[in-house]
Amino acid sequence: MYTPKTFMALTGLVAALAFASTGIAAERFDFGKPATQKQIAGWNIDVDPDGTGAPAGHGTVTQGKEIYANKCASCHGDKGQGKPMDRLVGGQGTLASAKPVKTVGSYWPYASTVFDYIRRAMPFNAPGSLSNDEVYSVTAYLLYMNGIVDKNAKLDKEQIAQIKMPNRDGFIRPDPRPDTHNILCMQNCK
Amino acid sequence: MNSKKSNRGDEVKNRLSADLTQTDIATPVRSMHRRQFLKTGAVVAGTALMAGGLGPIAARAASTKNNLPPNTPEWMLKQGHPIVTPPYGVPSKYESDVIRRPTDLTPTDISSWSFTPLQDLHGIVTPNGLVYERHHAGVPAIDPAEHRLMIHGMVDNPKIFTVEDLKRFPAVSHFYFLECSGNTLTEWVKPKGKTVQSTHGLLSCCEWTGVPLSTVLQEVGLKHGASWLLAEGADAAALDRSVPISKALDDAILVYAQNGEALRPEQGYPLRLLLPGFEGNMSVKWLRRIEVGDKPFMSHEETAKYTDLMPDGKARILTFVMEAKSVITSPSGGHRLHDKGFHEIRGLAWSGSGRISRVDVSVDGGRNWRRAELQGPVLPKCLTRFRIPWEWRGKEAILQSRTMDDTGYVQPTLKQLVAVRGTHSVYHYNAIQSWHVAADGEVTNVHA
Repeated sequence: MYTPKTFMALTGLVAALAFASTGIAAERFDFGKPATQKQIAGWNIDVDPDGTGAPAGHGTVTQGKEIYANKCASCHGDKGQGKPMDRLVGGQGTLASAKPVKTVGSYWPYASTVFDYIRRAMPFNAPGSLSNDEVYSVTAYLLYMNGIVDKNAKLDKEQIAQIKMPNRDGFIRPDPRPDTHNILCMQNCK
Repeated sequence: MNSKKSNRGDEVKNRLSADLTQTDIATPVRSMHRRQFLKTGAVVAGTALMAGGLGPIAARAASTKNNLPPNTPEWMLKQGHPIVTPPYGVPSKYESDVIRRPTDLTPTDISSWSFTPLQDLHGIVTPNGLVYERHHAGVPAIDPAEHRLMIHGMVDNPKIFTVEDLKRFPAVSHFYFLECSGNTLTEWVKPKGKTVQSTHGLLSCCEWTGVPLSTVLQEVGLKHGASWLLAEGADAAALDRSVPISKALDDAILVYAQNGEALRPEQGYPLRLLLPGFEGNMSVKWLRRIEVGDKPFMSHEETAKYTDLMPDGKARILTFVMEAKSVITSPSGGHRLHDKGFHEIRGLAWSGSGRISRVDVSVDGGRNWRRAELQGPVLPKCLTRFRIPWEWRGKEAILQSRTMDDTGYVQPTLKQLVAVRGTHSVYHYNAIQSWHVAADGEVTNVHA
């Protein structure tokens, strides 16, 4: 067990090591249980821009069209035009205009995010109900409707990382703020 | 005393059974009522904001019952409610209009937001039932005994923790504000919100209790090169955000309690992440998984949403800090000043970058400013209450507040903000707010 003295030594060590795994074993509380590979696999659902986490399976535009019509169109419109929920198609070339239209095709930087988000959160009223093949198919159909893949496209683990989205380079990092420079004027300002 | 005195014993008996069955403590009553009285007796903000309706309502001129001096009030002539009715206390029925109110901008109330009634609150703490909400797939009903936090990825010892495991670690409690990065998003082009609740109410402040995330990351051991983590919720959106490891090791908390009690379901029960000063979306609720990696994960929430579109068509991404901001909460939109003379201007200031250093207030639309008093304690990344006296002479006025934090950053004017960011960036609006006071005392939202 931990006496206050032990704990103070621990926190000092923690600060010194900056939590890096440097080979010097810090004391631990030993709370929690080891996570098994099987447990991790069940919960590790994110799919990343480099394709990490993309599951086995594949989908096609044709299959995606049918799934979309049955499970997506009622919220996003039969052509992805939106209403009542988000518009998914079109808008390319509008981002600098007076009326920017942000869609999968015009705005989203990574195809991986399309797969990831559909799998984790869609359909809105039945999340988690699509198979991986179905998610690949709906993703393929959305990319097709946005002119990013052709109608014979097949989508799988390898493909998803290779697609370059139209707005891939449309994002600014790092955060440039603070970007305003107000001053403490007190009298007769403006 | 009056003649009722002699009947008091009988009245007590008669009332006792009735009191035990009364439910009016919890019954919402849409009643008009008086609000705040200053020492001078002036009514500052005699308004009741009704759900959906926003017109100022005059303070009740006189009671219809004879409870005022020299009469004995009726509530002195009968016993009150017994204890534990109800066991978990609720506000007076006369406060029934102090509630969260929903946005009208979303097509569903499952993915939507509700606003904290800032115009009705005092001090800096937001009561748990009034903390603003933002859910992306509703509020899950989580059995804490079946909730787990998994930490894996670039760690030496991937682990699964129960909520009880996390409560065994040395705990910390801190007051921090939480602000949705979409707060005030309706105000970029025109003044739209009628009240400070609708313009600034995606803002709350609680005492948060939990275990520092750094303590738990120490427990699993970070591998060399670990620089980002993914935090994921157990809601039906499995909402996920990337967090820089520097923030995780700085002041991030795995929170299980707010304002002294367990997290409310809508605030992430039984476990949430809390990233002080960062946009609220990142303080992932119902936290179930942390994956440690070496780059941002680029989730839906940090690419398609919560990115700031600039006039040139490029968008800022991974913009986390909620910069310094302030707003006058009294008087504010929907209020009406009834009396000339002394009024105390009251408001809130906060900064995700640190402590509030000062707040200045203008009553002439930003031409001349006076320094307001800050109510202590002034805590970092926490709401700070400011106050300043004002003599209203019954003439038109435009009230503004302007804050500076301890980094020297000064809250911008709307003009300055729009000059840099245009009007399409949606998030991170922190411009100076203007409230117009008409000669008749009506207070409205304006751009000035």
